[in-house]
Amino acid sequence: MDQKKYKGEKKIDLYINIIILIFVLLTGIAAVWLRNLVASAMLLGIYSLLMATLWVVLDAVDVAFTEAAVGAGITTALLLFSIWLTGKHEKKSTKKPWLPLIGVIATGGLLIFGTIGMPDFGDPNAPAHLHVAPYYLQYSVSQTTSPNVVTAVLASYRGFDTLGEVTVIFTAGIGVLALLTGLRRRRRSQKLEIKK
Amino acid sequence: MDILEQLNYWAAISLAMVGLFTIMSRGHLIKKLIGLSLFQTSVFLLFITIGKLSGGTAPIISKDFLYYSNPLPHVLILTAIVVSIATLAVGLALSVAIKRTYGTGEDDELEDLDRNEGEP
Amino acid sequence: MKDYLVLRVVSKLLIPFILLFGFYVQMHGDYGPGGGFQAGVIIASALILYAIIFNIGIARKAAPMWIITSISCVGLLLYVGVGIATMIAGGQFLEYGFLSTNSASGNHTGILIIEIGVGITVSAVMLMIFFSLAGRR
Repeated sequence: MDQKKYKGEKKIDLYINIIILIFVLLTGIAAVWLRNLVASAMLLGIYSLLMATLWVVLDAVDVAFTEAAVGAGITTALLLFSIWLTGKHEKKSTKKPWLPLIGVIATGGLLIFGTIGMPDFGDPNAPAHLHVAPYYLQYSVSQTTSPNVVTAVLASYRGFDTLGEVTVIFTAGIGVLALLTGLRRRRRSQKLEIKK
Repeated sequence: MDILEQLNYWAAISLAMVGLFTIMSRGHLIKKLIGLSLFQTSVFLLFITIGKLSGGTAPIISKDFLYYSNPLPHVLILTAIVVSIATLAVGLALSVAIKRTYGTGEDDELEDLDRNEGEP
Repeated sequence: MKDYLVLRVVSKLLIPFILLFGFYVQMHGDYGPGGGFQAGVIIASALILYAIIFNIGIARKAAPMWIITSISCVGLLLYVGVGIATMIAGGQFLEYGFLSTNSASGNHTGILIIEIGVGITVSAVMLMIFFSLAGRR
């Protein structure tokens, strides 16, 4: 790899990444800070859209696509509907926040201590880039005729994994259905008992 | 060690901690779920950062490029995002069901109601 | 949402294109960014947009719950069915090479069918979640 060109590209990636990260952190903190839950849900949508741009900067176009459709689109709609059902104002909690704060700061400090051994941003010699990824990148076109390596890995090389994920999504959908429609039926039967 | 190089990990950790703090300290169930989804996104950020290769492009094979980012974290996170919305929906359905049966979505009031039910 | 003229007109214009884009993403997933997961979410979001802007009752009638639940099962069964078809053809579970004479083209067919299964299940589940959460008091 040409060392000079490599350095220049690295810098611009890193700076755009950091600027978007600052926005992401601000919207994330604002989303959990506000007590109005509708505003919170809208901020979470903006947060997801910013995350999608961050994924584009970090070369994960498929993930950006999914995040933009799921996070900024459907999550916001679902959150707004359930806020409509459960009430949009959050009461002030009576619990003292000190114990969670101390726990969180301790955990965060330990995790940051753990990043000392992590590879640099975009380091080509990081362990993640040396093991299976070169195999996928080299053989995916000849073995599956699919230029998008993400799709090839998703559906072919890791087909079992995706089958599991689809089953999880299916189960979650059935769970939501059972929780909400089952509840309605139970209510109706309760009403009938009261009438008797 | 350059600080800028580690900044993505630190951002992921601080997002995770913001989410964890929200789950532990806030009372409303939906606010807890919002904190949980922040926590999930921080894990996504960690994975995608590990997959980034500087000077590389998106992993769609073409003759014009030589270096590509690691496709494996992308696959894992792509499915994880869709699973995360499905699990979030289960959580939302649970909180809606709790609101209907108990009449409240706040943590403290739920605890009080349960305690009063124990000693009639 | 009867008073918001701009929203109604713009979304009426957009919904067919959102659906078309969803199908494009579904079938084009192996050449560009996209695939079953994204396409399922986009197709579901077109119907959700219609339900939010216009009328949730009509959207419910267009996609009744029993049809959505059976469609979500069909997607998952399509996925498992490909695995069983490869087993019948002589390979192992989900070994797509046996779907065709040539291993590479067999893989391509397998990927396409599986992505369709994923797309069907994801869009049906998203609609299922939306319709069971929305519009209930």
